[in-house]
Amino acid sequence: MNDSAALMDIRNITLKFGGVTALEDVSFDIQEGEVRAIIGPNGAGKSSMLNVISGFYHPQEGGIWFRGERRPAMPSHRIARQGVARTFQNIALFSRMTTLDNIMTGRVTLMRPNLLTHMLWWGRAEREESEHREKVERIIDFLEIQTIRKTPVGRLPYGLQKRVELGRALAAEPALLLLDEPMAGMNVEEKEDMCRFILDVKEEFGTTIALIEHDMGVVMDVSDRVVVMDYGRKIGDGTPDEVRNNQDVIDAYLGVQH
Amino acid sequence: MFYREAGDFRTSYTDDSQTFPITFDRYCYFAILAVAFLVIPFLINDYWANAVLVPLLVWSMAAIGLNILTGYCGQVSLGTGGFMAVGAYACYKLMTAFPDLSIVFCVLFGGVVTALVGVLFGLPSLRIKGFYLAVATLAAQFFLVWLFNKVPWFYNYSASGQINAPERTVFGIAVTGPNVEAWAKYLFCLCFVFVFAWGARNLTRGAVGRSWMAIRDMDIAAEIIGVDPLKAKLSAFAVSSFYIGMAGAMFFANYLGAVEVTEAFGINQSFLVLFMIIVGGLGSILGSFAGAAFLVLMPVLLKNLLAGWLGWDTSIATHFEFIIVGGLIVFMLIAEPHGMAQLWRIIKEKLRLWPFPHAN
Repeated sequence: MNDSAALMDIRNITLKFGGVTALEDVSFDIQEGEVRAIIGPNGAGKSSMLNVISGFYHPQEGGIWFRGERRPAMPSHRIARQGVARTFQNIALFSRMTTLDNIMTGRVTLMRPNLLTHMLWWGRAEREESEHREKVERIIDFLEIQTIRKTPVGRLPYGLQKRVELGRALAAEPALLLLDEPMAGMNVEEKEDMCRFILDVKEEFGTTIALIEHDMGVVMDVSDRVVVMDYGRKIGDGTPDEVRNNQDVIDAYLGVQH
Repeated sequence: MFYREAGDFRTSYTDDSQTFPITFDRYCYFAILAVAFLVIPFLINDYWANAVLVPLLVWSMAAIGLNILTGYCGQVSLGTGGFMAVGAYACYKLMTAFPDLSIVFCVLFGGVVTALVGVLFGLPSLRIKGFYLAVATLAAQFFLVWLFNKVPWFYNYSASGQINAPERTVFGIAVTGPNVEAWAKYLFCLCFVFVFAWGARNLTRGAVGRSWMAIRDMDIAAEIIGVDPLKAKLSAFAVSSFYIGMAGAMFFANYLGAVEVTEAFGINQSFLVLFMIIVGGLGSILGSFAGAAFLVLMPVLLKNLLAGWLGWDTSIATHFEFIIVGGLIVFMLIAEPHGMAQLWRIIKEKLRLWPFPHAN
C-alpha cells in the first residue's frame, strides 16, 4: 500500500500528551493529486493528526515520509517551506491586516526580503512585491473576493474569513494543502461555495488536499479516499463507498449494542 | 468634494500600494514637506526650535522606533530610555574618538550600536510574551542606565559624569555644540526624521512588515505558514532599536547638547514614548508623529495658556498641566482606543463618502 507515488506517507504515528494517548499507531498515505479526507467522531484525533503533519506536534513514535524522504524533526516554519500549507479549525487570520496583506503573507516562503532594499522600496524589493502581488491577485479572482481586498479581515463575516484563509494557504503554492474543517459553521450556500473551491483547487492547481470535515455529505462528495479515526486509532481507510459500508465505521458513528 | 478616488486610475501594483493613494492626501503631504523644509527654517527662532520643533522631531523618531517593535511586531518594550542612552553614548564616544568624522555617521553609528544591543535584549522575546517581556525589557532599562553611570569610560572620565556634545558641522555649518543656530539643528533633525520615517513606511508596507504584523496578530499561525519567528522578532528589535538609538543620539547631540544619563534617559522616557504610540496609534507611522506631537505640544500649549495668558503662578500651572495632559490622554483613549491614527482613518473614510454617508 505504501507505493512510491505517495506524496506523503504517514507511518505508525503515536502521539502522547502525558498520560493521554492522542494517536496510536496511525498509518496512512496521501497520493499525489487526490483529496484525502480524515473523519471521525469528536476527540478521535483528527486535528492532532493534522498538527503532526504540519509539524506543530512532534510524535513520540513513527515518522512522516514526504516525497519519498523521511522528514526530520524541524520547526513548523521550515515545514511550510517544504510545501505544506494549512487552514485552521478556528480561523487563525491576521485580524488587523487587510485581506490582501493576509494572502500576501501566505507567500512568505517564496519571498526573500532584504531590509535595506525594502527600506528604500527600490529595485528588487519593488519588483518582488509587484510580482507576488500579481500571483495573489489571481487567487483573489479565483476566490471571488475582489471587493474585500483592502478590508481588514477582522471586520469580515465568518464565511468570507474562511475563504480568505483558504486564499492565504493557496498563496504559498503548496504541494499539500491541509484543511481543518473548512465548512464548520457555514450555511448550505457557503458550504456549496467552499466545495466548489476545493474541487477547483484540485482541478486547476493540481494541489493535493487533505481535509478534516464533519459534514458526511460533503466528505463523500469531494474526497477520493477517506481515513476514519476513533479514539486515536485508524478504524477504516478506503474510497467513500468502502468506508460507508465498513462495519467498524458504522459502529463508531452509530454506537454498538453491548 | 475633492476627497475622491473616482477618476484616479492606477495601472500598476506599485501605484496601488503607494502610501498616499488619494491625490488630495498626496498634495497635502507635499505641502507639509515644502513648509517643513523651505519655510520653517527661515522663520524659526531659538524658542521654537528648543521648546517645540526639535523635541517634536526627536520624539517622533523614537516613537517610530518603538512603534515598529510594539505597534507592528506586538512586542512590548519598556527599555526605550535605555536604548536612547545607548544611541547617545555611542554617538558621543565616536564623536570624541574621531573628531574629524561627520556627525551624520556618528548618529547612524549610534543607531547601529543600539540595534545590536536591542537584538541582545530582544533574545528573551523568543520565549516570553506580553507583560513578561515588558518586565524583561525593563531590566534592560535599569541595567543600561546603571552601566553608563558606573563605567567612567562611557563619559570620558568627566568630573560631572555628564556628556557634552562638541561642535560638529555639516557642510561647514554647526549642527551641534554651543554655537549652533536654531535652523541648522532643526534642519539636521528634519532630514534624519524625513528619510527614516519614509524608510519605516516602506519597510512596514512590504514583506518585512507583513512578517512583523503576522507575528503580532497570531504568532502560532504565522509560524505555521512559514514566518520564522526568530528572524521576524529579532529584525523588529534591531530596526526598532536602530531608530531609537538615532533618536537618542539626536536627543543628546542636537537637542540638549549635554546630558546626564539618569536624568535624560530614565524610565520616564520609556513611558513617555509608550504613551506617544498608544495615544497616536499602534501600528501606524502617522500615529507616531501624532502621538509625539500630542505629548510634546500639549504641555507647551498649556504652559503658554495657563502661565502666559491667564497669568497663573508657574508652579501651579505646571501641576495643572500634568492633570490636564493626563485627563486628555484618558479622554483620547476612551474616545478612540486605537489612537489618533484610527481617528484620522475614520475621518478619511467619511470624507470619501461625504456628503452621501449611505452610499457605498
